Amino acid sequence: MTDWPLLSITTFLPLLGAAFILTIRGEEAAVARNARNVALLTSLATFLVSLLVWANFNPATADFQLVDQARWLPGFDINYKMGVDGISVLFVLLSTFLTPICILSAWEAVQKRVKEYMIAFLVLETMMVGMFCSLDLVLFYMFFEGVLIPMFVIIGVWGGPRRVYAAFKFFLYTLLGSVLMLLAILAMYHDAHTTDIQVLMTHSFPRAMQTWLWLAFFASFAVKVPMWPVHTWLPDAHVEAPTAGSVILAGVLLKMGGYGFLRFSLPMFPLASHDLAGVVFTLSIIAVVYTSLVALVQQDMKKLIAYSSVAHMGFVTIGIFTFNMHGIEGSIFQMLSHGVVSGALFLCVGVVYDRLHTREIARYGGLAKNMPAYALVFMFFTMASVGLPGTSGFVGEFLVLMGAFEADNWVALFAATGLILGAAYMLYLYRRIVFGKLTKDDVKAMLDLNRREVLMFVPLIVMVVWLGVYPTTFLQPLHASVTKLINDYQLALSAAHAVSVAVR
Amino acid sequence: MYAAVVFLPLLGAIIAGFFGRKIGDRASQIVTCTGVGLSAFLSLAIFNEVVLQSHVVTVHVLNFLNVQGINVSWELRFDTLTAVMLLVVNWVSFMVHVYSIGYMHHDPSVPRFQSYLSLFTFAMLMLVTANNLVQLFFGWEGVGLASYLLIGFWHERPSASAAAIKAFVVNRVGDFGFALGIFGTFMLTGSLGFDAIFAAAPAKAAVVFHLFGMDVNAITACCLLLFVGAMGKSAQLGLHTWLPDAMEGPTPVSALIHAATMVTAGVFMVARMSPLFEYSDTALMVVTIVGACTAMFAATIGCVQNDIKRIIAYSTCSQLGYMFFAIGVSGYQAGVFHLFTHAFFKALLFLGAGSVIHAMSDEQDIRRMGGIAKHIPVTCALMYIGSLALAGIAPFAGHYSKDAILEAAWGSGTAVGHFAYWIGVAAAFLTAFYSWRLLILTFHGKPRADEHVMAHVHESPAVMIVPLLVLAAGAVFAGWAGAESFVGAGREHFWGKAILLLASHPAMENAEHVPALISMLPAIAAVSGIVVAYLFYMLVPALPRLLAQVFRPVHLFLLNKWYVDELYDFLFVRPAFWLGEGLWKGGDGALIDGVGPDGVAAATRDIARRFSALQSGYLYHYAFSMLTGAAVFVTWYIVKVG
Repeated sequence: MTDWPLLSITTFLPLLGAAFILTIRGEEAAVARNARNVALLTSLATFLVSLLVWANFNPATADFQLVDQARWLPGFDINYKMGVDGISVLFVLLSTFLTPICILSAWEAVQKRVKEYMIAFLVLETMMVGMFCSLDLVLFYMFFEGVLIPMFVIIGVWGGPRRVYAAFKFFLYTLLGSVLMLLAILAMYHDAHTTDIQVLMTHSFPRAMQTWLWLAFFASFAVKVPMWPVHTWLPDAHVEAPTAGSVILAGVLLKMGGYGFLRFSLPMFPLASHDLAGVVFTLSIIAVVYTSLVALVQQDMKKLIAYSSVAHMGFVTIGIFTFNMHGIEGSIFQMLSHGVVSGALFLCVGVVYDRLHTREIARYGGLAKNMPAYALVFMFFTMASVGLPGTSGFVGEFLVLMGAFEADNWVALFAATGLILGAAYMLYLYRRIVFGKLTKDDVKAMLDLNRREVLMFVPLIVMVVWLGVYPTTFLQPLHASVTKLINDYQLALSAAHAVSVAVR
Repeated sequence: MYAAVVFLPLLGAIIAGFFGRKIGDRASQIVTCTGVGLSAFLSLAIFNEVVLQSHVVTVHVLNFLNVQGINVSWELRFDTLTAVMLLVVNWVSFMVHVYSIGYMHHDPSVPRFQSYLSLFTFAMLMLVTANNLVQLFFGWEGVGLASYLLIGFWHERPSASAAAIKAFVVNRVGDFGFALGIFGTFMLTGSLGFDAIFAAAPAKAAVVFHLFGMDVNAITACCLLLFVGAMGKSAQLGLHTWLPDAMEGPTPVSALIHAATMVTAGVFMVARMSPLFEYSDTALMVVTIVGACTAMFAATIGCVQNDIKRIIAYSTCSQLGYMFFAIGVSGYQAGVFHLFTHAFFKALLFLGAGSVIHAMSDEQDIRRMGGIAKHIPVTCALMYIGSLALAGIAPFAGHYSKDAILEAAWGSGTAVGHFAYWIGVAAAFLTAFYSWRLLILTFHGKPRADEHVMAHVHESPAVMIVPLLVLAAGAVFAGWAGAESFVGAGREHFWGKAILLLASHPAMENAEHVPALISMLPAIAAVSGIVVAYLFYMLVPALPRLLAQVFRPVHLFLLNKWYVDELYDFLFVRPAFWLGEGLWKGGDGALIDGVGPDGVAAATRDIARRFSALQSGYLYHYAFSMLTGAAVFVTWYIVKVG
């Protein structure tokens, strides 16, 4: 089966499903039902195909695998080229894993324009998977930007009362960064005469140029992560987005920034990365402490979790710029873990939002009494978010902090305060929602998880425990690729050092 | 057998936790008690094999983390230190499980409670059997989680869930240090496994770290950071504030977690890391001072509290201080011995207190008790046994271990050691005093509760009394039975390689040859404490009130627990919320959004509006601007050309 273009199938299968949904005609209820079923089946099939990708992936090598390519713009040496290495294959899996759960979560919550909603989600999946697989800069850029469109529609059409403001803020913020990246891509093409990512990784750009290119890419990725101080779109987007939108936003879209750093900034601009690591550290530490404090005082459940995402992603950016195995593998792991855990936390919010239609924390309280299963699930993911050992959250944080300690122990010291603050805001949130006396009548009437919701949480719980207890499964395929990444970085650095010595 | 002893409680917790509502209360109780009970008996067999037959065992379960140098597995390590802890944890836990059947029988969520207890036991067992720092940390945080869940068990009470959060967050402060200590140790020795760390330590004794802008001895830095973790978990001075509040949990929880087992995890960890601590005199000195100060500090507060459980909680805090200063003077064996005996008599005291509270219709204030000795004679007798052991009166268990600690402190021959000795003697006086204050106010004198309550006072059922009897047996005999092997002549054979002692730290050696007066003094202090308590609360009851009035500031200071909570609230809690609010409204709202997206958007709109104002639609406006433009152009042309 290895000669099948598995990556292209994974990428475009959802699009096929979307096209199929488009053709569904008839009574509104029937259309909605069919659209849901088709979307769920398509996303499940996509997940199965991505498991084939995983099965055919050879973790022993750092090369790009399962490559399939086609000539696209031959005159310009711009091609359609797909392939994965140890880093991207995990993100492909994360995307295909979360999408069916998202579709399941919208089963009852979305009642208007169901057909369009499902189409938007499947298109979104194509864009995400394509982005992680692209081995051509222009192709990457198209997918990277393409993600914005379905997400913009999802927030703007199915969102809350301030959805238009949030959608525009989200779109313009990210677009501003991306425009700079487009300019950088043009400059790179001008210098290297190709947009092939594999070739660009071996191309060494002049030092001064690297700095500018790095900054341009940084503008785009920092918004996506998001890093302080360009994070303010995230709370608004999360608050207004429908539950499934938030899950994908937190689960996958934020990872695009971290992935970008690993795929472009480090291998292509190693000297600039080295020079500017201090900036990243500073911004990340501010993100961890600042947003944790802000999360502590939030009155809106989704906003609180959105701010906690910024803090957790701060760990990711710290890990990437430690340039050592522990830090980088830790940050990739942290991204996977955060994808699952924060996605699950937004689902937890969605469960109670579907019942009471408010996100205001003070409106809840005492849910442990009438929703014990929900209380258990929410507690589980709260602990995973806090980074309790045995859950996925711990492994990433531990490795990142270890890497940071080796790189610069001040960074580890400040970042580790996130452990304390993280526990404070999450437990405070949990207390106000689940603990306390059950007094309000409408809260009393809330029912516990139904079967669909249990079905939605079970895979997430399994993943969190698996990642937490036996992380080897997911760390093993990383080793070769991350080792190569670090070796190339160090080679570039020592070569530059040799040149500067020779000049002197 | 070795894996079963750890995983049986987990199995019980899972069954009771997930299926508790299906299988019912009784089945959940049976399942969890069986799980822990089997573990308790297995731990006897393990003690026999590991300690008596000197057969150290390691069991590999699963790979965990393998990333460049970090090679960590889920492994179970059984040496003497672990075997001793297994005995303590499993037996106390077993007794508490059984006791809870009686104590919690009114409660609507019995399966949940039993499940949490078993979950806690599992985490504690993972902690004591850890073979590397990461698994130790897993157990460490796991017991923290269980403690959080159990303190907040009655979650409808706001005070309970507040106390639960406080316990978790304060422990996290300790873990912050602990985590940094783990990183430092890895940097220093290149490993996280105990055997490799201990093997590497001697060669690294003089290595210097550049840490947080200072040049410090690497081992000292690692040990101090690890000790911060121990201070959090074992409620030492500064990070102790969560322990008294933790009494919001049901009483069996206080007995199991906040007296016998979890809070001793810090002591265990430092003892486990003895091959590292031994190479840092500075770190050991800090441990001694912190331990001694805590022993004294907590004892002073214990003397004036009125909540029966809080008195015992402060007593726990104080006794943990003893264990730490024992370790600080390199008397690890004495420290762990006290841990061992303390677990029995303190669990006994807590469960006894639970029995009293049960009898008094949930009254916890000793000012509203009194005169109930004749109604609940068995509980009263058991409380006396526990208190005698706590005060260190021969031949009860506490006598042997406390004496061993104080003799080791004196035997260390250092100034810090002698300081700890004197503090220890003074604290022994206070210990006896507050114990007898508690006994007298609770059981003797005239009843101060109302008639309604007094009419209901009744002895607890057998399911609660039998566990107390078992623990009482431990409180009576554990010291006498263990002294020879733990701290006596047999100690080297007993401990094997579980604890490392350098020849330059002869405290345990010298402890056997201290002057008679020095070894008598603690007992004298204890007896005089009892006498003073009788004087104050039996013979001249007006005296304490008079003292409280005369020394009102001191009394208030102690009653308010040295105002530590208020200080922390002022220093950390309020500023955190205040800062959060400011950063949110001011930073995100006004500054970033105001100048960034919203500002740009507003500016764009503003400029657009101005430009659009130009297009007024009046012909004469356009004519005027055309004319002006032509005039400017002509003028410029003339000037330029001309």
